Amino acid sequence: MQRAVHAVPPPSEDKRWRIVEGTMRRHGHESDSLIEVLHTVQESFGYLDTVALRYVADSLRLPLSKVYGVATFYNVFSLKPQGEHTCVICTGTACYIKGAASLLKAVEAEARVRPGETTPDNRVSLLTARCLGSCGLAPAVVFDGNVSGNADPDAVTRQVRRWMLHDA
Amino acid sequence: MTPEELSEIARVEREKQQQVTHSVRVCVAAACMSQRSEQLKIDLAAGVQQRGLPGCEVKGVGCMGLCAAGPLVSVHPQGCLYQRVQPEAPHVSAILDSLQGHAAEPLLLPTDTPFFTRQTRIVLENSGLIDPERIEDYIAVGGYEQLLRVLTAMNRQEVIEQITRSGLRGRGGAGYPTGLKWSTVAKARAGEKYVICNADEGDPGAFMDRSVLESDPHRVLEGMAIAAYAVGASRGYIYVRAEYPLAVKRLKTAIRQAENQGLLGGNISDTNFSFKIEIRLGAGAFVCGEETALIASVEGNRGTPRPRPPYPAQAGLWGSPTLINNVESFANVPAILRRGADWFASIGTEKSKGTKVFALAGRVRNTGLIEVPMGTPLREVVFELGGGIPDGRRFKAAQTGGPSGGCIPEQHLDLKLDYESLVGVGSIMGSGGLIIMDDSSCMVDVARFFMDFCRTESCGKCAPCRVGTTHLHNLLARIAHGEGSEADLALLEQIGDLVKQCSLCGLGQTAPNPVFSTLRFFRDEYIAHAVQHRCPAGVCPIVPVPAEVGV
Repeated sequence: MQRAVHAVPPPSEDKRWRIVEGTMRRHGHESDSLIEVLHTVQESFGYLDTVALRYVADSLRLPLSKVYGVATFYNVFSLKPQGEHTCVICTGTACYIKGAASLLKAVEAEARVRPGETTPDNRVSLLTARCLGSCGLAPAVVFDGNVSGNADPDAVTRQVRRWMLHDA
Repeated sequence: MTPEELSEIARVEREKQQQVTHSVRVCVAAACMSQRSEQLKIDLAAGVQQRGLPGCEVKGVGCMGLCAAGPLVSVHPQGCLYQRVQPEAPHVSAILDSLQGHAAEPLLLPTDTPFFTRQTRIVLENSGLIDPERIEDYIAVGGYEQLLRVLTAMNRQEVIEQITRSGLRGRGGAGYPTGLKWSTVAKARAGEKYVICNADEGDPGAFMDRSVLESDPHRVLEGMAIAAYAVGASRGYIYVRAEYPLAVKRLKTAIRQAENQGLLGGNISDTNFSFKIEIRLGAGAFVCGEETALIASVEGNRGTPRPRPPYPAQAGLWGSPTLINNVESFANVPAILRRGADWFASIGTEKSKGTKVFALAGRVRNTGLIEVPMGTPLREVVFELGGGIPDGRRFKAAQTGGPSGGCIPEQHLDLKLDYESLVGVGSIMGSGGLIIMDDSSCMVDVARFFMDFCRTESCGKCAPCRVGTTHLHNLLARIAHGEGSEADLALLEQIGDLVKQCSLCGLGQTAPNPVFSTLRFFRDEYIAHAVQHRCPAGVCPIVPVPAEVGV
């Protein structure tokens, strides 16, 4: 039986849902566009919450369990909101050889969070990356989306401290 | 677009380039971009305008290789290469001054060093020379000529025959003969077939594919289109890591440009061949580099592999015959057709033809991207192209093949880098990550590092990999903490063997490789940890055992 493409109303008035709808429309609401759609949701909202997962499931006519399964399988997708600032430490092989562990320790000590966590004041999230492909600049750190090469523990600590103290 | 129309675009573009008296080329690949090369390009262009230098162009180009010395700028016709060029006034002025006078000595990077002179560039031939965001630049160096020649003057068998004769083998790591793969897909009878470009460069420490996509994206599209014609596919996908936003952006631009020029899309060059390429973003799962897992992911599912056979060449995407090749494999195709299979086969060794791009990183002076003939000795790569080990330290091992590979010790420095030789020492070619370690690395910790990676990246579908990698990791952690014993070493081998023999896919089957290879070549370090409870490199968190009193 052929099912007609029925438009599921977005969860709220938030304009960002239109971007998500755009991606789904571009892919004809096909179920194989799930990962592409989840990427758009995360780009627009920063993370995937239950409301978003439910909306995507309904729109693509997929079971919520499948959408949840895909969202939790891939490392890129986050089900929790990030802090105002993010510090991503690359833990790829080249960075590991060049001392990524000491960078991680420095940030853990300064912000008192473990990788994947956000400080209680929601200022800083600490994350790790598998490999950024910036191995020529190892060890690499990404501060709010900007890759910084040849990082050392002092510089990383300073940046995180600045974030925790003020808005800079 | 007809071949004549294509040559006309090339002619016009070349003519335009001949008007250029000075060309200032700024690297706008990811490594230099992260050091503000985009701003540098803007500043240089503004400076050129301010000074009123007619005939001088400033353009963004792809990777020039020596990422360690970035941001890089090259100036032509002088042929000078400048390193660590900052966007601020003094550097910008110095470069602009050099256009009319002497080279900017303090920034000059000599290009007569082995890093540059020992390379043979096929895949990277346009990298650092053309603007990756302009299709005309690619067409001017002969781009898309081969696609149109193939479509108008060759039949499918002839194309496959060329690729087979060239001896090209898969650059993704396994080294399967590309021509054979193409002919299997070509022979499969089906209404719809697919071509997939595997750009899910998940090996930590590898960045060759990223660089090719950022520096010369059209080359990959041309290779894919030629492959599609040869196997009879009309739709293609590029499965690329979401972690490579710049590569994704350049690919999107390139696809749009090629479609606008009629080099992709319906009835290319007025033939009945149509080919459409779509991008699919990966989402950070190492296992998706495995072809059946990749297919699952393109279909929008969890990236879990399935048993083979049937191979994707028979039943792949949506159950249809599917050709999957890696970025570098496709990038070789236009050059093979342009210069001939025999030319390609004359480079490299008996069984490994052509060149290989390596991402040289770790404890080596010249980190960056190199392309050398297959069979180049490891020693030459590390000590000549790579410039040796910095800080007066000593070479300890070279790691190839990422988490599926192994560590090559000093006694094998004369090893030739080709598929068979690497397998012979318990490693693999892999996709081309080459990470150099010095004596500050502890090999037990290196094995633990890789096993931690495999354990977290195991998709969980089959027990040998899911459970086995966790056990291996726990054992390695115990040894690294000085709580192991000699019996643990035997246990490592036993469990490793089980994981290797029983896992469903390549990820699990190769996961124990870093353990096997470090056990084989650095057993003394394992003994030091397990028996003497000390870490010779001083890396592992071993609590010193207090000396026993009164013995």
